[in-house]
Amino acid sequence: MYEKTLTQLAAALKSGEFSSRELTAHYLQRIEKADGQLNSFISVTAEQALQQAEIADKARAAGNAGRLAGIPLALKDIFCTQGVKTSCGSKMLDNFIAPYSATVVEKLNAAGTISLGKTNMDEFAMGSSNENSYYGPVKNPWDLTAVPGGSSGGSAAAVAAGLVPAAMGTDTGGSIRQPAAFCGITGLKPTYGRVSRFGIIAYASSLDQAGPMARSAEDCAHLLGVIAGHDGRDSTSVARGVPDYVEGLNAPLSGLKIGLPKEYFGDGLDPEVEKAVREAVKVYESLGATVREVSLPHTHYAIPAYYVIAPAEASSNLSRYDGVRFGYRCDNPSDLIDLYTRSRAEGFGEEVKRRILIGTHTLSEGFFDAYYTKAQQVRRLIRQDFLDAFEDVDVLMGPASPTPAFDLGAKKDPVSMYLQDIYTIAVNLAGIPGISVPAGFAGGRPVGLQILGTHFAEAQLLNVAHQFQQATDWHLQRPAFAEEYA
Amino acid sequence: MQWETVIGLEVHVQLATRSKIFSGASTAFGAEPNTQACAVDLGLPGVLPVLNEQAVAMAVQFGLAVHADIAEVSVFDRKNYFYPDLPKGYQTSQMYHPIVGPGEVEITLEDASTKRIRIHHAHLEEDAGKSLHEDFHGMTGIDLNRAGTPLLEIVSEPDMRSAKEAAAYLKAIHSIVTYLGISDGNMAEGSMRCDVNVSVRPKGQEAFGTRAEIKNVNSFRFVERAIAFEVERQIELIEDGGSVVQETRLFDPDRDETRSMRTKEEANDYRYFPCPDLLPVVLDQAYLDHLRGQLPELPADKRERFQNELGLSAYDANVISASRDMAEFFEAVHSECGDAKQAANWVQGELSGALNRESLSIANSPISARQLGELISRVLDDTINGKAAKEVFQALWNGQGESADEVIDAKGLKQVTDTGAIEAMIDQVIADSPAQVAQYRDSEPEKRGKMIGYFVGQVMKASRGTANPQQVNGLLKEKLDALL
Repeated sequence: MYEKTLTQLAAALKSGEFSSRELTAHYLQRIEKADGQLNSFISVTAEQALQQAEIADKARAAGNAGRLAGIPLALKDIFCTQGVKTSCGSKMLDNFIAPYSATVVEKLNAAGTISLGKTNMDEFAMGSSNENSYYGPVKNPWDLTAVPGGSSGGSAAAVAAGLVPAAMGTDTGGSIRQPAAFCGITGLKPTYGRVSRFGIIAYASSLDQAGPMARSAEDCAHLLGVIAGHDGRDSTSVARGVPDYVEGLNAPLSGLKIGLPKEYFGDGLDPEVEKAVREAVKVYESLGATVREVSLPHTHYAIPAYYVIAPAEASSNLSRYDGVRFGYRCDNPSDLIDLYTRSRAEGFGEEVKRRILIGTHTLSEGFFDAYYTKAQQVRRLIRQDFLDAFEDVDVLMGPASPTPAFDLGAKKDPVSMYLQDIYTIAVNLAGIPGISVPAGFAGGRPVGLQILGTHFAEAQLLNVAHQFQQATDWHLQRPAFAEEYA
Repeated sequence: MQWETVIGLEVHVQLATRSKIFSGASTAFGAEPNTQACAVDLGLPGVLPVLNEQAVAMAVQFGLAVHADIAEVSVFDRKNYFYPDLPKGYQTSQMYHPIVGPGEVEITLEDASTKRIRIHHAHLEEDAGKSLHEDFHGMTGIDLNRAGTPLLEIVSEPDMRSAKEAAAYLKAIHSIVTYLGISDGNMAEGSMRCDVNVSVRPKGQEAFGTRAEIKNVNSFRFVERAIAFEVERQIELIEDGGSVVQETRLFDPDRDETRSMRTKEEANDYRYFPCPDLLPVVLDQAYLDHLRGQLPELPADKRERFQNELGLSAYDANVISASRDMAEFFEAVHSECGDAKQAANWVQGELSGALNRESLSIANSPISARQLGELISRVLDDTINGKAAKEVFQALWNGQGESADEVIDAKGLKQVTDTGAIEAMIDQVIADSPAQVAQYRDSEPEKRGKMIGYFVGQVMKASRGTANPQQVNGLLKEKLDALL
């Protein structure tokens, strides 16, 4: 069963090839066997999953099962899930049982999908390798000595290893697309505002966006249709109709204008990654697309701007973790200040503390204009770069990451880690959607092709990705690890 | 050295919305701790704020009432600091682009003179929770019911020059917000609190002195007392060769003094930045026009109308227009009886006295405006005399009768104006009082006027108060003088 895509599983459930209970049990068993090595889950909610599966089977028997009813999924541990531990990968929230569910979770429940559990992640979604988790690093199923990427590393590894057909991730600077690329799966970051952020533990509020991670663009189209839409509980979610993304998957690509940002093919790009990406572009040409080089002149300001704006917002968003009402509290605080300082010093990991410090500094009196205000100006220029490019071309393509998955422990210096996100981060600053699709291998590790579109162009992106996946089979390749646990 | 006091006020007004500014939880006062705090108010991970439209409308109404510029675009910012009753670790406020821009308020002083106080701006923000230091055996309890209650912070220019002016300003703000119905204005429950900025400077000097900010003063009286203490403290300090430091102080009403809380050096850096969870508030002209159309007549306009059209004195007009309830009660009494001066006298005199004695608000008056108006009408048309009117008032207050007429009939208080009946009573009194009559007769003519009071009293008594006193007076004089 695990070798099927979500789309195929939905068809099999519909035709009665197997029940949701059987399917759910199958995946739970695979998690049980394999996850000791991968560490992709923080919590497995087997009992609830089987209960949900039975409900889905009953609904199907009664003839009122929706398109995705009975499909098992996993949720990054950043989505608040009522009655379930929601840790955000942090010691700070190791004891936090969410008393309510995120809108995304509610929508998935309403669609009849089943949650197998909560996946591992970099603490508070801060990281590009999943090495910043309180629950330990996640391994890449393609090579257990490699990182799966981050911060949605658990979701990516679990899908790639066939422990779950699809999973939900979040992407603040590349946290869906980069791990999708590292693990050889398809991951979509929607337009900012397309999916409600309510109930998603905030890292950087103006950049965070949830999206699906699955085997194919078609799978992502199914899932995006469920989770997208306006939410009265999130003022930044956009009141705009949700198209049928699956129906939009068969538009021909002839005449499609592809832009290759020259800044995305510069220094630091692994030659094998570049080769794979250029091969992929050739496939598009063979499908009738035209290709031209474009420029996004402010690209090199994206990482500095991001590392002002995101930590600034994070420093404020993470202030609520003070040891007073929920979460970690230090033992025997001597007074209020001691309670605050030790709870936070002991409850947060190094990278989180680093970003809180950066953010606190950049917002401080005397530095605010030089950092925050300037970064917001840069952000507008970056957004304008994209809008200008989309005047001339329909989509942009390039690598999702400058290198394939690196080895665990390889990047000790935070800045070299930050540079990992050079191709993904500007997309969040601009608020546009992006998708990473498998496009070959470099040194035996997957390469992701990133496709970008203008605001709310998800239907187009999914179609463009889907056409590629009709012409190639990179997305269907599985790591040996997945087979070993068949 | 002559000193001049300079005062500016920051008034925090709790807006009377039903739910909180960013969540659906109730804002009702007095519930069990933490029963009116939802996930958003608790600052749970993942929650997001959604702006309460009613709070925006109320802020705009205030702005329109003080002739302020309303911002087409206003923005919420986060004010970051740690405190146990501040669940998110930041307060959502408006630092850089407040919803209400510069405006002005006219205040009336005790001598009925007026002065304009400029408003710098007013902004929307959320209230924090409360820390409870009693009953927890050395620990602190946190009640988050108040967290997220909408506040309008109204910041004045430093235009006030005395404690009296500051109190008058606070009263003017109180009367505007209660007229608008955007706050209950209940200072005892904390619906209105104010921070007072005070400095002194030598008279004639243009530059401001260093100011101290007195936090959280919560009554009109305390504002006056806190300022009085603080002014004296600052002057003494300077005259002794010291200097005022910029600091935050706390007023202690029990000891009638202000004490230092923190100095400028200890002040927080609040690291304000625009809240990324909320969109800018964009208001168009049609919306403003719509709200403008709903504004009630405001205190200043009422005051002017009472003076110019109804002929009330400046003092009466000011007192009566200060509260919307009183003004409306007065207007209803006036429309019933048609005599503004009488209506004002009764509302401020007999009625206010009775209400004060029983600590009732005019909205809960046992006597309706209609009943009072009718009562006054009966005095005006000579149905009853003034003494009887007080008796009728008391009866209506006690619920002994539905209307003045009913009480007058039931108690037989109708004034006797029949000359024959009065003469008969006078004759009887004269016959019954030979000694007094003799005394009257033997007195110097200039003393007789005084002595006639006795006979009037006896006749009134005989009529059980219903005789028309003027008539009694006139007839008595005639009859007594006939005996000379």
